[in-house]
Amino acid sequence: MLKVIKNRFEQGCRTTSYPKEPISLYSRFRGRPVINPDCDRSVARQCAQICPQEAIDPERMTIDLGRCTFCGHCETVGAGAFVRFSQDFELGAANRQDLITDGRLPDLAVHAKAHFKKLFGRSLQLRQVSAAGCNACEADTNVLNTPFFDLSRFGIDFVASPRHADGIHVTGPISVNMKTALLTTYQAVPSPKVVIASGCCSISGGPFYGSDEVVGDLNSILPVDLYIPGCPPHPLTTLHALLKFFK
Amino acid sequence: MDKFLKITNGERISRAAIPALGLDEFLQTVSDFVNADGYVVQFFAYQEGGTNRMLAVLRNDSLFVAETEVGDVFPSLTQTGSAKFHMFEREIAEQYGIRPVGHPWLKHVRYHANYAGRPDIFGNDYSVDIPGNYEYFKVEGESVHEVAVGPVHAGIIEPGHFRFQCAGEEVLHLEIQLGYQHRGIEKMLTQVPQKRLPVICEGIAGDTSVGHNLCCCQAIEALADLQVEKGASIVRVIALELERIANHVGDLGALSGDVAFNPPASYFGRMRGEFLNLLQVLCGNRFGKGLVRPGGIAHVMGPEQCQLIAQKLIEIAPELRNVCDLLFSAHTVQARFENTGPVSLAVAKELGLVGYAGRACGLPYDARTLFPTERYADLPGLVNGTVNGDVNSRAAVRREEIMHSLSLIEMMLGQNKREYKAVQMQQYQLAPSSLAVTVNEGWRGEVSHCVLTDDAGRIQRYKIKDPSFHNWTGLAMSLRNQEISDFPLCNKSYNLSYCGFDL
Repeated sequence: MLKVIKNRFEQGCRTTSYPKEPISLYSRFRGRPVINPDCDRSVARQCAQICPQEAIDPERMTIDLGRCTFCGHCETVGAGAFVRFSQDFELGAANRQDLITDGRLPDLAVHAKAHFKKLFGRSLQLRQVSAAGCNACEADTNVLNTPFFDLSRFGIDFVASPRHADGIHVTGPISVNMKTALLTTYQAVPSPKVVIASGCCSISGGPFYGSDEVVGDLNSILPVDLYIPGCPPHPLTTLHALLKFFK
Repeated sequence: MDKFLKITNGERISRAAIPALGLDEFLQTVSDFVNADGYVVQFFAYQEGGTNRMLAVLRNDSLFVAETEVGDVFPSLTQTGSAKFHMFEREIAEQYGIRPVGHPWLKHVRYHANYAGRPDIFGNDYSVDIPGNYEYFKVEGESVHEVAVGPVHAGIIEPGHFRFQCAGEEVLHLEIQLGYQHRGIEKMLTQVPQKRLPVICEGIAGDTSVGHNLCCCQAIEALADLQVEKGASIVRVIALELERIANHVGDLGALSGDVAFNPPASYFGRMRGEFLNLLQVLCGNRFGKGLVRPGGIAHVMGPEQCQLIAQKLIEIAPELRNVCDLLFSAHTVQARFENTGPVSLAVAKELGLVGYAGRACGLPYDARTLFPTERYADLPGLVNGTVNGDVNSRAAVRREEIMHSLSLIEMMLGQNKREYKAVQMQQYQLAPSSLAVTVNEGWRGEVSHCVLTDDAGRIQRYKIKDPSFHNWTGLAMSLRNQEISDFPLCNKSYNLSYCGFDL
């Protein structure tokens, strides 16, 4: 018992004051890209060519955050002449098109559906479905339950049964072998329900795009309400998206 | 073993130098080797000009390789030789439609059509959902009942199906059916442009991003003859050890949660995040994605990063020690950990368990000391003290490894002086008709990649093995004669990868 008390004092209170107060991530973290619109087109093409995710459109000077893994390779071309990644982790979007960006993202709160805020603003229960994710998305969703993020203080919980859930939170590129289990889970959630696509895999197939063993795009089989980009999304990205969209 | 070629970890081997044995001779040699304290690192099939070939990489204190031509069938080694082959043979049957005749439990591994377009061995119709044409092993009798769990589990966990045969609360048999995470990675890696390789390999198992991608990059380095500067190599070691600590710390927290001892569960959970954040300091990603690239690393560890890591370690090491002490000295925890989910040394040997699962049973194998890559040859190894094969041993080994890894990082930070350049992925000309085998001790154990190139230097076959491929059977054996309520605890003590297995 004494050890429990001693450790309790040593550990102290670690919960973040975000979103009441801003929080800054380390300078190497790659969040929302900032694209230089005056960049030479040939540099943009070079970036598009090396991008492993084919996320860059050099003609429209955009990056698709639904495909991007934020590996940062494009940032090294011409020392960031085309794109630099800021530390802004607030990346959630309500429309797939919004993720194809020149660096600006619309305010998620404005685009959120009003009836979702009314229905789920005070209490949101989600069923997580891992559909061929690499477990990084799952792991960084799980940490929202650790003391630093303490998700349940916002009335948001991940629950065991789809019957108890208000929606599903999907990670992974949806393997062919998981498709039915995913759809069955969705059907088991009572309506009205929300669908959240978390991580570039569930949005576009992520690193596994093109494989014939994956579906690759959650929106092609279920109506997605909220997109959370990243590989994996930073826990704060997920936290921000959930709070803005539902609160 | 003179019939096999002795190789070193991460070297380029000309395919002409790989001994091509007759099938009988090959099977006999492999079988004899494995029965004389040898282990299977890789055993897989591939196609060469319309014929099937099988290649084996084996280890005792060295690595050996040989291959053979095979038709549509071969006598199963699982039956006559050793259980170490059982999963490899099922994989060969699934991937190329080659039947290991006499395999005692021939069922699919991941549920997909074979690569060769042959008739399916398992009689599956892949338009029908997993598990297809397959009956689970059944125990029958009065009061025997079956418990089916998954693929979707009651938490934020990967999917997999577990079928328990129970008499009351006691588990007589557990069968684990995976495959739900199958993304077709091995096939993809032979088809996609080279620039995608590291990003895909970082996604084989996200919690082993560094481990798997290191294997991939070392294989490319061998085949493209790239040198890695010492400074970059140091950072690779630091990243691999940070990954190990983060996962072990997280698992100790999960184990405390499973025995309802909540304080350490919270503290470990929070401290795990601190180590992930150190990976983010190194490379901008909490899982080390985007760090390791062929020829070195993509982000130089400058004095600032070096100091941030060193400071954090000084701050967190005493906290870690105290919370470990809190967990391991609580008698309620000891009562739940000790003698739960035991696997004997004999069974561990028979199955060829690796990583902490093996070490907790008394198999000392650690690829960092036996086949060192990067800077590991200069670093001290670790001898584990608690090796009874139960949950307690697996937890204790993790605790020892956390402390050991902390000291390794400290040593590596002390050597971070040399200047080196950051590298990014490029298109490399790979040596034609070559083989590269890479082995690294990922946090779960032996991770191995095997790359075969054709005569134009294209990747003809890319074989991946996650340590979970060996160890899932260990978990099944742990559950024998245990209370079914101890499954979460046993499972967490292994914490195996679904996606690393499913590929």
